[in-house]
Amino acid sequence: MSGKTLYDKIWDAHVAHEAEDGTCLLYIDRHLVHEVTSPQAFEGLRMAGRKVHAPDKTIAVPDHNVPTTLDREKGIENEESRIQVEALDSNARETGIHYYPVNDVRQGIVHIVGPEQGWTLPGMTVVCGDSHTATHGAFGALAHGIGTSEVEHVLATQTLIQQKSKNMKVEITGKLNPGVTAKDITLAVIGKTGTAGGTGYVIEYCGEAIRSLSMEGRMTVCNMAIEGGARAGLIAPDETTFAYVKGRPHAPKGAQWEAALAWWKTLYSDDDAHWDKVITIAAEEIEPVVTWGTSPEDVLPISAKVPAPEDFTGGKVEAAKRALDYMGLKPGTPLNEIKVDAVFIGSCTNGRIEDLREVAKILKGKKVAEGVRVMIVPGSGLVREQAEQEGLAEIFEQAGAEWRLAGCSMCLAMNPDQLAPGERCASTSNRNFEGRQGYKGRTHLMSPAMAAAAAVTGHLTDVRELA
Amino acid sequence: MEKFEKLTGIAAPMPLVNIDTDMIIPKVFLKTIKRSGLGVNLFDEMRYDREGNEIPDFVLNKPQYRAAEILVAGDNFGCGSSREHAPWALRDFGIKAVISTSFADIFFNNCFKNGILPIVLPQEQVDLLMADAEKGANARMTVDLENQCITTSDGIEIPFNVDPFRKHCLMNGLDDIGLTFEKKAAIDAFEQKAAQERPWV
Repeated sequence: MSGKTLYDKIWDAHVAHEAEDGTCLLYIDRHLVHEVTSPQAFEGLRMAGRKVHAPDKTIAVPDHNVPTTLDREKGIENEESRIQVEALDSNARETGIHYYPVNDVRQGIVHIVGPEQGWTLPGMTVVCGDSHTATHGAFGALAHGIGTSEVEHVLATQTLIQQKSKNMKVEITGKLNPGVTAKDITLAVIGKTGTAGGTGYVIEYCGEAIRSLSMEGRMTVCNMAIEGGARAGLIAPDETTFAYVKGRPHAPKGAQWEAALAWWKTLYSDDDAHWDKVITIAAEEIEPVVTWGTSPEDVLPISAKVPAPEDFTGGKVEAAKRALDYMGLKPGTPLNEIKVDAVFIGSCTNGRIEDLREVAKILKGKKVAEGVRVMIVPGSGLVREQAEQEGLAEIFEQAGAEWRLAGCSMCLAMNPDQLAPGERCASTSNRNFEGRQGYKGRTHLMSPAMAAAAAVTGHLTDVRELA
Repeated sequence: MEKFEKLTGIAAPMPLVNIDTDMIIPKVFLKTIKRSGLGVNLFDEMRYDREGNEIPDFVLNKPQYRAAEILVAGDNFGCGSSREHAPWALRDFGIKAVISTSFADIFFNNCFKNGILPIVLPQEQVDLLMADAEKGANARMTVDLENQCITTSDGIEIPFNVDPFRKHCLMNGLDDIGLTFEKKAAIDAFEQKAAQERPWV
């Protein structure tokens, strides 16, 4: 019998019931909740006279709709947004789940708050009505997004009806070159596999380049596993993970810490584990990348040129034609000549302290380019506080960037932070879909350092040329 | 949930690949706290101009496809967000089955929870059904879930696979939560065991 993968081990530890056809009830250790995908689930519970099964394992925070401007206490102007946030507030208080309201310093993007507060721990199952739940896989937790019916199911039963996915290994060998970051790794992987390449799989990222990443970088990599179509992304926990977790408010303490640590150290894929698919990329071959189109798979090194539809085959020819038209780009244009109107730094992909430090390194002593609007949105109130203590906020403001309060902001533009039609944005977020950052807005995805470089020059730029 | 047994209806062709959840239902419509009423905004940015006028070229605005109940779509339909608003909008419009070579995982799950049958078929068969859908309103397709078979307007039969548990739930309109409550003893036992083995959770 072959050994087990990390995914196999976590899965096996959480099967509460298995039917004859292999359908399982998977027990859920942590259920994260935000205001957009939960109101109908709470309403469904109420209508059926059902209760939240495990309020102590359920954590709620508003993030998608909250204003990020400094006058947030004035309230939310848009009525529908306000109603959604108010609904979360009353649902959280009524059901007794853990809750960080808008005015709490710990409020922020749900996928940044969970790890920051120590809710996310190795070996757990974590779900949320949000596809970027994959982020938590950085801790060696099985974490994925669910729909609202499943949110209701987890609220009512603390389990999820699941079929097991297949195992995929993505190995990044060797060391990253200077100027190349976790974001470049995760985009390069999607560029190679396509947005459906991971469909049906749980990905485990491994290899020297992954091991060398901080927890922040690992969260960036796993965050975009969903953009590659995978159910979840995982990284086996190690000393880096344990050091990050230790001492967090909801991490185990004392004897429980020791017991937890002993189990966490068994969470790795066995040498003889079976992989259904393996992808290997040499870290040295990864360059700083940007996206040119309207799918996260439209990835190219910054040194490349805008492709032509004829460079593709099958249904992608038509999709590329449509994307180029939407993006207002001509084939053959060097990517580093594309001018931007806006820069967005933040999101659950890149709104953590390390990301802001990278940005500050580039912006220090410089000014943002004339006519470019630069918005820097920390992932949580605590990230904001830390950035201010470290003097990063001062660098941002002196450079002429807007320094905002925590939230999802222009990653999906549900609050007033939006692009105008035709505006082009260098963005550290995760999706470049049509209309994602505002109606007819144009998004180029990249790392925080690359976005900061674009802020300084006013066009897409190889950050290595600025250093 | 409404039962799905057998459906004969108009199929609309949407050959574009990677139709994402932001296209299916843009985020401005996610601010609702209800499940109903999203059909009018299905594919909003492709379907209407900024002033709210219909874009005549868009498939569901064409007279022959306005009453479509089936979509035949390009690869990787439903990629992106976990928003269940996507299947809610499709269902509210009247779409009960979607056929493609592949679907994004979360969207695929969400369909079954809302009485929509997503069907995965090889490229050649999707191409054949796409061509059938191109024929317009007079060419009606039949999707028979019980016998797991699609019949084109000219009588070609294409069998498809579906997970038996999901088929059972869809055909009987079953509520997942009710079914899971039947296994409450197993959940309770798991919780007791887990509290011993991993008390820090």
